[in-house]
Amino acid sequence: MEKFTTLNSTAVPLDIENIDTDQIIPARFLKATDKKGFGDNAFRDWRYNKNGELNKSFILNNPTYSGSILVAGDNFGCGSSREHAPWALVGYGFKVIVSSFFADIFKGNALNNGLLPVQVSSEFLKNLMSEITNNPETIVTVDLEAQTISAKDGVLSEAFDIDPYKKTCMINGYDDIDFLLSKKEAIETFEVEKQF
Amino acid sequence: MAKTLFDKVWDSHVVDTIENGPQILYIDKHLIHEVTSPQAFNELRERNIPIARPNQVVATADHNTPTIDQHLPVKDELSRKQLEQLSKNCKENGITLYDLGHKYNGIVHVMAPELGITQPGMTMVCGDSHTSTHGAFGTIAFGIGTSQVAQVFASQCLLLTKPKSLRVNVNGKLKKGVYPKDVILYVISKLGTNSGTGYFCEYAGNVFEEMSMEGRMTVCNMSIEMGARGGMIAPDETTFEYVKGREFAPKGEDFDKKVAYWKTLPSDAEAKFDKEYFFDAADIEPMITYGTNPGMGIKITENIPELNDASFEKSLEYMNFQKGESLINKPINYVFIGSCTNSRIEDFRVAANYVKGKRKASNVTAWLVPGSKQVEAQIIKEGLKDIFVEAGFKLRQPGCSACLAMNDDKIPQGEYCVSTSNRNFEGRQGQGARTILASPLVAAATAVEGKIIDITKHLN
Repeated sequence: MEKFTTLNSTAVPLDIENIDTDQIIPARFLKATDKKGFGDNAFRDWRYNKNGELNKSFILNNPTYSGSILVAGDNFGCGSSREHAPWALVGYGFKVIVSSFFADIFKGNALNNGLLPVQVSSEFLKNLMSEITNNPETIVTVDLEAQTISAKDGVLSEAFDIDPYKKTCMINGYDDIDFLLSKKEAIETFEVEKQF
Repeated sequence: MAKTLFDKVWDSHVVDTIENGPQILYIDKHLIHEVTSPQAFNELRERNIPIARPNQVVATADHNTPTIDQHLPVKDELSRKQLEQLSKNCKENGITLYDLGHKYNGIVHVMAPELGITQPGMTMVCGDSHTSTHGAFGTIAFGIGTSQVAQVFASQCLLLTKPKSLRVNVNGKLKKGVYPKDVILYVISKLGTNSGTGYFCEYAGNVFEEMSMEGRMTVCNMSIEMGARGGMIAPDETTFEYVKGREFAPKGEDFDKKVAYWKTLPSDAEAKFDKEYFFDAADIEPMITYGTNPGMGIKITENIPELNDASFEKSLEYMNFQKGESLINKPINYVFIGSCTNSRIEDFRVAANYVKGKRKASNVTAWLVPGSKQVEAQIIKEGLKDIFVEAGFKLRQPGCSACLAMNDDKIPQGEYCVSTSNRNFEGRQGQGARTILASPLVAAATAVEGKIIDITKHLN
């Protein structure tokens, strides 16, 4: 997993609520047996019309907006547990998703792939969404160490929560497998002792 | 201290607690399928890590399988490769696989309970969000991502923060024509799609106590649609009776010992929940959804609400519905009875009971997809298949099918489908397809009438 400390980037406003993982990556693209290539099909049915043409009205196709931060509406990542969703977002080039609420499974999946979910207040989200929509060149700073997200020289700024263990993993690029394997003995003892 | 059902099962599976961090939770059973496992197998292979407990892993092929001509090679090349990869991975690692065509093959959340793999008091995971289904047995069961599939492969454990507790109580007498699907669609319509996020839900009250295991599975299945990682129902005589005698259920004295333990699991009377809701069963009616998330549900007799909200309006635009309109008499060309929510024998009994002696409407394409080979066999054995065939329906072969439309069972662009599945997201059943979630009864009635009808007027 890639290490994550601080990110300075412009951001893309995707002002839609309840974006489910079927929208992030439709099921028909889940046939691959590796993690590569999902970025090409991220938000496929919003990015392209049925006839395969680019949907110019969709924000990701608007050249005004770019960057590795996606700012999205409430309840991002609900629905299917497919980890192909964070693979698609990372593959597309996002490193941070900002929303006022994340679905559980998506949040865990994102953290396991070096994609940082930054949960902010509804008010901050509204202000940030409006700022980056009106001023696409605005640089947004996400500082994982300090657990802050800010823009406009601190005029817009908020602290965010992250599980301390997951924070350490993100900063150092560790994953849970390494940790769990280090607990092998405790797990084996548990198996011997467990009584149901 | 008084404990909830969830506390009892969770706490008994904690291997260790990391200071200021998550807990290491032991996983009893790990179910896998072709779509969310290959990258996890690759991960372990690349890191040279063996599968820790292959005998606690069970595999099936379901998401990406055809529902006709299963005896022939799978036509779609990518799907075929994915299925071959699953077979290869299971073989190399000594994992039991119920492959396409096997007498135990089926949707992972249908086949595991019917084989007795699912038992009360267990922890179970699967790379599929509807793993919550197994909570019907008083099991902690939840969906995981592929990184977590790899973690369980490597260690038989997961690193997790204990969720908060939520209880949904439904008491009273259900009206005629109201099925478990209506109960859960009603609850989600009241609570919304993210009310359960961060929580594990327990369903309590006489309505759930009086439900069959099939009904309880339908309810727990959709827990994730209100954001809850899982849902549970206290194990009781109905549960024990269902588990008893199944292929992998404990036998004889072992079974009695287990039952004695399972009886200790229900929540203590004084147990406190972080959130609790109460509903009156008498207020529930046959339900349908009108929007693009499962929380957008109404009683079939109600009109679409009139809200001024951008997401709501976007949703109605996709569905091509108007604010304030009724869905009664809407022409419908597609009906799907299947999915891990409603593809068990009881669901087909309900549908068959309605269509008996009637004819499928000529405008309707109906897909009847059993949840497993065993359900398929039971449908034939009970003579339900004959009823369906006489009414102009065709029974397909088991799989996830049009619930997620990964295989060829796709609803065409712009068409409505009254579906017994669990998600009405944009494009879920095919690009541009419009899904209306309902019970097997409402789906069967729609197939016969070719339009949505007020089922409450046809119940005698």
